Amino acid sequence: MTFELTVNDKTHIVDAEAETPLLYVLRGELGLNGPKYGCGLGQCGACTVQLGGKAVYSCLTPLITVGEREVRTVEGLGGVDSMNPLQQAFADEQAAQCGYCIAGMIMRAQALLDENPHPTEAEIRSHMQPNLCRCGTHMRILRAIRRVAAVPAGAAA
Amino acid sequence: MNAPVLDRRKVLSGGALVVAFAMTSRLLGDAVGGGEGGAGPKVVRPDLEGSLKTDPWLDAWIRIDAEGQATVCSGKAELGQGIRTALLQVVAEELDMPPAAITFITADTGRTPDEGLTAGSHSMQDSGTALANAGANVRMLLIGAAAKRLGIPVRELDTTGDGHIAARDGRRVSYGEAARALSLHVEAVADAPRRSPQSYRTMNRDFRRVDIPAKLTGGEAYVQDMRLPGMVHARVVRGPSYGTRLTAPDIAAARKMPGVLRIIQNGQFLAIVARKEWQAIQAMRVAQTSDYVKTGPDLPGEQGPRRLQSLASREIIVEQSDDGPKASTRTFKGSFSRPWYSHGSIGPSCAVAHLHGGELTIWSHSQGVFDMHRATAELVGLAPDKVRVIHTPSAGCYGHNGADDATAEAGLIAMQLPGVPVRLQWMREQEFGWEPCGCGMVTQIEASIGPDNKIAHWKYEVWSNSHNNRAVGAGGYAVAQEIVPGFPMQVPAPIPMPEGDGDRNANPLYVFNNMDIRYHFVPEMPMRVSALRSLGAHLNIFTMEAALDELAKAGGVDPLAFRLAHMQDERARAVMLRATDAFGWSKRLRGDGRRGCGMAFARYKNRGAYCAIALEIEIERETGAITIHRVNAAVDAGQPANPNGIRNQIEGGIIQSLSWAIHEDMTYDTSKRTGFDWGTYPILRFDQVPGSIDVDIVESAGLPFLGAGEAAQGPTSAALANAIADAAGVRLCDMPLTPAKVKAAIGNAG
Repeated sequence: MTFELTVNDKTHIVDAEAETPLLYVLRGELGLNGPKYGCGLGQCGACTVQLGGKAVYSCLTPLITVGEREVRTVEGLGGVDSMNPLQQAFADEQAAQCGYCIAGMIMRAQALLDENPHPTEAEIRSHMQPNLCRCGTHMRILRAIRRVAAVPAGAAA
Repeated sequence: MNAPVLDRRKVLSGGALVVAFAMTSRLLGDAVGGGEGGAGPKVVRPDLEGSLKTDPWLDAWIRIDAEGQATVCSGKAELGQGIRTALLQVVAEELDMPPAAITFITADTGRTPDEGLTAGSHSMQDSGTALANAGANVRMLLIGAAAKRLGIPVRELDTTGDGHIAARDGRRVSYGEAARALSLHVEAVADAPRRSPQSYRTMNRDFRRVDIPAKLTGGEAYVQDMRLPGMVHARVVRGPSYGTRLTAPDIAAARKMPGVLRIIQNGQFLAIVARKEWQAIQAMRVAQTSDYVKTGPDLPGEQGPRRLQSLASREIIVEQSDDGPKASTRTFKGSFSRPWYSHGSIGPSCAVAHLHGGELTIWSHSQGVFDMHRATAELVGLAPDKVRVIHTPSAGCYGHNGADDATAEAGLIAMQLPGVPVRLQWMREQEFGWEPCGCGMVTQIEASIGPDNKIAHWKYEVWSNSHNNRAVGAGGYAVAQEIVPGFPMQVPAPIPMPEGDGDRNANPLYVFNNMDIRYHFVPEMPMRVSALRSLGAHLNIFTMEAALDELAKAGGVDPLAFRLAHMQDERARAVMLRATDAFGWSKRLRGDGRRGCGMAFARYKNRGAYCAIALEIEIERETGAITIHRVNAAVDAGQPANPNGIRNQIEGGIIQSLSWAIHEDMTYDTSKRTGFDWGTYPILRFDQVPGSIDVDIVESAGLPFLGAGEAAQGPTSAALANAIADAAGVRLCDMPLTPAKVKAAIGNAG
């Protein structure tokens, strides 16, 4: 089947089975690297993208359910020389170790900031709960989000 | 480190043997990669430092072209620990040139020196030291060439930091011009002058990691992101976990699935190759519809890690000392354990393999590409020089996870598809089910203090499998026992001291009287195991630091004062004091049934980085849930190359160790592992990370590099258990310290 898909402001025609998870369309058909395969079960968040502005697990989103909603991946926020403020904050905080989870972290955090530009520390932690990081970069990820949200440090639990 | 320790103590019978062992094992311990994996390359220049011992030719490490651009090689791999950037800083500093003028090539069996494994916190020690000294040698030669060219003495010249050599009279020679007159195909000398820490331009700065921008923007940063022309996708079809076999995989049905190009079958090894990744996964699911049987050894059963104590073992004397009869006033006895852990990489293992013109090239995130190119060659039946392994980053591995197996399997599949690049990725449940786990372990301690509140007796035993089952031949891969003809399983062997294995850090850095420390090495493995960050040090430090707190309490001494009273190493004392000062230890709140504080210390392997941790927690008595309010750490990693990188490793180590200690436990039933996803194998999430983590670096300018990647693992879990004991008055000995266990213990304590 062919589908029309808007990803990072560009429209693509893709030929794939209706139930193909969006993750494999983005990676396999469109050659994007941001969304990662982590679990395929919606438990780790490595595949997080924005769909119609909301953070979703692309590994659990069948292509046919995307409809006309716009897909945004980390590539759509900015590139190496044109990072958006959140990506820049991650760079400034050196908020990555292996970095495999980071594109998903950025996409989930960006969805929060788009809706609520000044979340509290508790709101940030609660919002980020679905995404796993195994390297233990959490403190830096929180700092990077706080930087953009202008939340004072140490307002934590 | 070792010789004075042995000198200070009277060694029991067989003393000469112990001394001889320490001397030979020092050579082993200094082998590249910390003694994990294979023997590594031969030492040819013992007078040189780091990996220059095994590869002394300067042009193996550094080449400078006529334009003054440098190409630098290292055998160590970027695992997410930031080593690429730290090493680049080191070599740029000693070459005295901008990092941007350096092309840096890492861990490629076709291009870089063999530096063994990227493991054991050895990369700064092995490669950092080699690059520092190779850089110093090259800088010295460049200055010499410039002196000759200008006809003035070397002492009138200095490098400028921007790729030039300047004379006092203002004349300048570029590195390119100087290099044209030089051959770097010369062996390093041991005394090339190093740059002084006071004049560092690149080292000891928070230089931004070179690999991070691509990771933040969806660049091609990982082996998972490789897309070679004509590449196909593979999945392996397996039983639910290691030691199982599918009885009747539905191959016929899989073959009919859309996009399936090939089914690879060799003995029990079964793989699906499809045009697209999702097609390979769907076909794998269809093929996997089958019963399974258990083929492997019996799992640990209800005894958990204590099962190891009932298996045959080989006793290794770690340390014994006789300080004469000492009175004991108080004694602490206990047995501690940790379960089997998953490495828990967020990205399941992946590799790309391509057989082209009779040569197999593999892109792998293995920590041991050099062992791998030999072992994979044996597996697929090629000569080692026909197999090239190029390290390509992936999700963090923290040890020997599925990376090596997935790589070997990609190689086997690619051998059947000449000319076609094959990308294989394991599924989440395959990673949990088939990777080697971190070892379950048990310890027993009986220790006493005398009237002087000093430790009078210290009897310690540890039971563990080998933490080093990395493939050094084909038999080290799980698939080697599935294919026909197969390869017998590699025989496990412990890593000897001074690096240590299950007994890593079982020998105290503290000064204790009358020690008897034994490692019961258990060859039989109820669960497939291998290296996980810090190996046996995690439980040994957990046990030692728990016993110290209990004995301090029994003697009515503050835990910090008690530790300091048993510690002569000034650097150890300094990190303990730095962490506890920053924490406000002397003014800390005292355990009140709910809140409490704990500290712990270790020098990793007694020869790596020093790390002390202090933390404050709160227990919700109704549920046993633990909140960690704040953590202070201090670390001495020798001369820092990138302080921010050291902080990042310690912060991450703290969170990972808290996750191990509170949550993690690879479960199993009678036939298989039952942890197969993040629901059945939970790890720490955002709601449980500490309120704050502050890492203080104790700088040791000019002293040897000490890798910091594993230093926090033991002290953090230990400090947590000590804080629980302080808060609730109960000593929990068996990890994980889950809310249910904490609640039950509090209940029992009334």
